[in-house]
Amino acid sequence: MSAGTTTAPTYRTLTVPQLDQLLSALCKEGYLTIGPTVGDAAIVYDEIRSTKDLPRGYTDEQEAGSYRLRENAQGYFAYITPVQSAKQYLHPPRQHLWEAVKDSEGFHILPDPPANTRYAFVGLRPCELRAIEIQDRVFLTEPFVAQHYKALRQAAFLIVAQCTRAGATCFCQSMGTGPAARGGFDLALTEFPEEATFLLEIGTPRGQAIVDAIGCAEAPEEMVEQARARQSQAALQMGRRLDTEELPKQLGSSYSSGRWEQIARRCLSCGNCTMVCPTCFCTNVEDTASLTGDHAGRWQRWDSCFTSELSYIHGGVVRKSTASRYRQWLLHKLCTWHEQFGESGCVGCGRCITWCPVGIDITEEAQALRQAH
Amino acid sequence: MQPSIDVSSSPADPMTPRMFRVLRNYNDTADCYTLSLQAEDGDPLLFAPGQFTMLYAFGRGEVPISISGDPSDPGTLIHTIREVGPVTQALREVKKGGLIGVRGPYGTAWPVKEAEGNDVVFVAGGIGLAPLRPALYQVLHRRSRFGKVALLYGARTPNDILYRDELEKWRSRFDMQVEVTVDRSQAGWRGHVGVVTRLISRTGFDPVNTIAMVCGPEVMMRFAVAELTGRGVAQEQIHVSLERNMKCAVGFCGHCQLGPAFICKDGPVFVFPEVKRLLSIREV
Ligand SMILES: Cc1cc2nc3c(=O)[nH]c(=O)nc-3n(C[C@H](O)[C@H](O)[C@H](O)COP(=O)(O)OP(=O)(O)OC[C@H]3O[C@@H](n4cnc5c(N)ncnc54)[C@H](O)[C@@H]3O)c2cc1C
Ligand code: SF4
Ligand code: SF4
Ligand code: FES
Repeated sequence: MSAGTTTAPTYRTLTVPQLDQLLSALCKEGYLTIGPTVGDAAIVYDEIRSTKDLPRGYTDEQEAGSYRLRENAQGYFAYITPVQSAKQYLHPPRQHLWEAVKDSEGFHILPDPPANTRYAFVGLRPCELRAIEIQDRVFLTEPFVAQHYKALRQAAFLIVAQCTRAGATCFCQSMGTGPAARGGFDLALTEFPEEATFLLEIGTPRGQAIVDAIGCAEAPEEMVEQARARQSQAALQMGRRLDTEELPKQLGSSYSSGRWEQIARRCLSCGNCTMVCPTCFCTNVEDTASLTGDHAGRWQRWDSCFTSELSYIHGGVVRKSTASRYRQWLLHKLCTWHEQFGESGCVGCGRCITWCPVGIDITEEAQALRQAH
Repeated sequence: MQPSIDVSSSPADPMTPRMFRVLRNYNDTADCYTLSLQAEDGDPLLFAPGQFTMLYAFGRGEVPISISGDPSDPGTLIHTIREVGPVTQALREVKKGGLIGVRGPYGTAWPVKEAEGNDVVFVAGGIGLAPLRPALYQVLHRRSRFGKVALLYGARTPNDILYRDELEKWRSRFDMQVEVTVDRSQAGWRGHVGVVTRLISRTGFDPVNTIAMVCGPEVMMRFAVAELTGRGVAQEQIHVSLERNMKCAVGFCGHCQLGPAFICKDGPVFVFPEVKRLLSIREV
């Protein structure tokens, strides 16, 4: 669900000064531009104002349980994936829902007006774009539509940075979510770092309008072909793969596998994997009270299936063991998500592998469970 | 071109409650009480038997509670609640005239319509009688459309028996069988002692043409299903209501999942074969 109908992609070239023009045009239109930046020894999304804020020359090396920032690359989008995804903006870690206020009648509820921030995401990876579409199904399927998410999502302007390199924990190729996005974006960039230019793909009329105002030249056919070739190159570099053939079905009969106990011996039940995953959506609610006691707030905040509270019902926790929690997490991603939403809950971004302190690898575990089948 | 977000026409946020006023709040037993509520905006809360709402107590939190009133009288919203923790305690403390936030109704319903032409067996354990009562009301309103009707109910002790007056009334009807049992007897109790599922064998119904509706602790439901199928009731004729932690009731929070099912949307009432396999595995 992106605003405006998708037109046939048209291709332009974009220079670095033009990318700056694009960023200021978005700012002028009232967007808060979010893009990759160099944060605490990692690439993180943050507010950006110009190309100077982008992680030029930086890349990252990711492996199971490890992440290293390196300063030996060429280009603005030479890294693999930022630590977090667009989820932290569209489905934020903490969201105020409403306020209850005491009055002479008892109390009344003041709903928050739907969030009105208009984000422009610059440099979303194709897998992250798919992750947004996956969360759309969770929050925007009638009859229950999450109003804050809807407002943020409809307003968001999406600029993808197509992947021309893949990392050691990436497996989007297996999941069919990358390395190149073919739609669902307003604009998509493929970087040509040696020439400091980008191939620009236009995905929507509003993307078209903003590009027309900058006046980018039409891209020559060979540039489009070269971009495709670079994307295909990334497809060959995937550090991980996952055979998805019949996978949901086979995992569906793995509930009693001994493998879960084996994983549980390593898993710390820390929930990192769920926090960094761009599709994980679980939340809890939190009630806050003012000092005087006449205001009570309701907040929604990220939760994780690795906590004991998540499955608590009076009389006990349903998922007591780490094995049962890891089973819930992996089977939700790769098996039950299909039944719930008609697609996989994993886009193959590799974050859960990279950010797991003990390096548990979802592709390896899924494969082992399948073999035990 | 700007995306159009028409805030004015967007439906109410599904996470925002409506306000209801407490008409009555009375104790059924030492730890159970019944809230009778009325919508401040005057719009009745139409519901189907088996559905639940999310009840919000000011500053304390929100919990899923089944509607236990009569669906043909939606002007008064009835809930019977067992006090077990902070929110159910806070709801108990709301006096007549006080306000409670209500969202809903949510979830699937008992198959009352489908049960027409059949015998109907209700099996309730503890507070599980509350979610079944709306279905029982509906069956009794249209009594002639059903075959035999039986209510089998188990409570912990005689003092924990809910809806005593109504049980007496139902028991005195000639067109239904009412059996009550307790886990632990007390002085003066002359009824059954033992688990409710044992009553199934002493109940008259035609297994081939019976719809069973079962609500109670998960173990009790498993035993009830075993007894019922032992009598020849097909699993497809058995319906159960499940409970999981719920923070949203609309599919957003992920807490209520049982395998592929969101209990808040796909349940709480399931036809048994839908959940049979997962209920047999621990810690799903
Ligand atoms: C569909 C459904 C219908 C229900 N109908 C009724 C009813 O008619 N009457 C009744 O007395 N109780 C009912 N319950 C159980 C009731 O929701 C819990 O007893 C209540 O949430 C306990 O909250 P607490 O804060 O008082 O206690 P605590 O035990 O301290 O609970 C803390 C939190 O855990 C969660 N939780 C605890 N127990 C349960 C539970 N059994 N089910 C779901 N979440 C739980 C809640 O989010 C609660 O806020 C129902 C539960 C579900 C899922
Ligand atoms: S499960 Fe892991 S690889 Fe898949 S989308 Fe989530 S974080 Fe990425
Ligand atoms: S799989 Fe890894 S990241 Fe996820 S909870 Fe277990 S230890 Fe933490
Ligand atoms: S209660 Fe939140 S998803 Fe079901």
